[in-house]
Amino acid sequence: MELPLSHFPARRAAALAAAYICYRTGGPGLGLRLRDLRAARREDLDDVGHKYSLELVLEDILDRDTTVNCTAEVLYHLGNKNLAPAVQFTLEGDLKNTDEADNVFYNQIKSLEKELVAENIPDSHGTISPGLEPIHLLGWVASGYVIWQNSTENTHFHLAQIKGVKQVKRNDEYLEFDYMILLHEMVSQDIIPWQLTVLWHPQHGVQVTGDSQQPTHQPE
Amino acid sequence: MRSRSACSRGWVSRRTFSLSHPADLLVPFSSLQEVKSFLEARNIPYSIIMEDVQKLLDEEQKNMTKSRRERSTSTFDFGSYHTMEEIFSWMDTLVENHPDLVSKLQIGQSFEDRPLYVLKFSTGGSNRSAIWLDTGTHSREWITQAIGVWTANKIAEEYGQDPSITAILDSMDIFFEVIANPDGFAFTHSSNRLWRKTRSLNPGSHCIGVDPNRNWDAGFGGSGSSSKPCSEIYRGPYPHSEKEVKAIVDFILSHGNVKSVISIHSYSQMLLFPYGYKRAPAPHHQELNELAKKAVSDLAAVYGTKYTYGSVADTIYLADGTTIDWAYLNGVKYSFTFELRDTGHYGFLLPNTQIIPTATETWPALVDIMVHVLEHPY
Repeated sequence: MELPLSHFPARRAAALAAAYICYRTGGPGLGLRLRDLRAARREDLDDVGHKYSLELVLEDILDRDTTVNCTAEVLYHLGNKNLAPAVQFTLEGDLKNTDEADNVFYNQIKSLEKELVAENIPDSHGTISPGLEPIHLLGWVASGYVIWQNSTENTHFHLAQIKGVKQVKRNDEYLEFDYMILLHEMVSQDIIPWQLTVLWHPQHGVQVTGDSQQPTHQPE
Repeated sequence: MRSRSACSRGWVSRRTFSLSHPADLLVPFSSLQEVKSFLEARNIPYSIIMEDVQKLLDEEQKNMTKSRRERSTSTFDFGSYHTMEEIFSWMDTLVENHPDLVSKLQIGQSFEDRPLYVLKFSTGGSNRSAIWLDTGTHSREWITQAIGVWTANKIAEEYGQDPSITAILDSMDIFFEVIANPDGFAFTHSSNRLWRKTRSLNPGSHCIGVDPNRNWDAGFGGSGSSSKPCSEIYRGPYPHSEKEVKAIVDFILSHGNVKSVISIHSYSQMLLFPYGYKRAPAPHHQELNELAKKAVSDLAAVYGTKYTYGSVADTIYLADGTTIDWAYLNGVKYSFTFELRDTGHYGFLLPNTQIIPTATETWPALVDIMVHVLEHPY
């Protein structure tokens, strides 16, 4: 059935699809986010789950005039709540080539004398210093993995802030970063700290190799 | 000749004076007679150069304060995020600069005894129909307090200039609570930028605070809120348990003539109306929907920012005990919630560079609602 585009069921599925697509396509030079939802349909599959078919428009975080159309299917599984939703997508056209930006970033990090450490990206006033934008994007892309893995029809996640990031020294050609992110879950309004281990290489893309939800800290 | 020290504040020092060098004495009123007698008895001529120094000091202090505030009005940076103290100080400036239009009321105190200030915009009359606006209910939604300041300033500036605002204020009053959750706001500055709730203590729990937008007596206690104090959507032990909420309830009920409640939040880019506590459409759904449609269209016309609109329950989630459901159930037909920029890219941490654009685009939407209220009395 056709779903009203302004209502939350379609919007939650769209957000999940966008997070997954961002994780699969992104890196320090490219992050996609949801710009618009053009159409949404839902099919209830007996004993399987709820399948959403979506037409999305995504935009490049670094260049909001650059958009890409996309179709996606999201299947929320019935029964096993520990199974991440299945997402399939097709992008219309090509994404920008980020080889140059990737190599610049890669060499910058490789040539640091001390491992990179940063916190509060963005800060309280929403500022991200330009030098930290690739680290921010990498965190944004990696958060797409966590959002995908933990989404249900009753959740709507966004990355609220990168609380901290520490580069981890490696002996091979990969870059490794330990991120502490804060996810905002809109239905419960919770702020959920999550630790991520992120690997990246210009030719091999982004991989989240470990993640764990942290206890919600209620400061007194 | 020695001159006796005539005052405890000591302009006068114990030293020798010569006839050719006049000395100034600052004399407290209680010693005035004594000093005069002393001087007269020794044939020392004197004249009074200032009758009342204190009065002059008071005058000077007043002028200094005034010019500091005047300087701060024209230099108040609407495009930055401010502390509560800065916003409170700016409120006083606004009142001083528009004494015939704006006054500041205190409708109560927060849990931690901070004032709950409301700006009243009124051109006179007696208990005129009124519009209520609030920002900062959820303290982490910093864009709201920031546009609250800009918008209050705009209302004051546009009276007498903009035909719509002039028409509205010629027959109605506007009440604007810019910092609806001052304890939470202070906490976002001092400790946790992402704090949402009030800061009230919950007996038996180590978790603090109640969601001030789940604490109203409207469908209280449903699935759109939580019974757990540690939850961000904790409804509180009972409706209106929060002083911040009770103050508004008491104000609106005792006023008796509030025709619209507009509660401003962030983020998601939505314009919402009742109900949140149930899916069934409100009796005025069609009218509210049409008005929301027009408002978001005029908002989008400014910079292209797209908003969705509809009832809370359809558009965002089931939420019970909300401000606008309470207002609506208590006869305030035109009850709306804004969820301002953005849609999740920066979320609560919206860059300050977006404050003025957000305020600017939201303005026509607010005016649309207020004009509709004016033109549809009930």
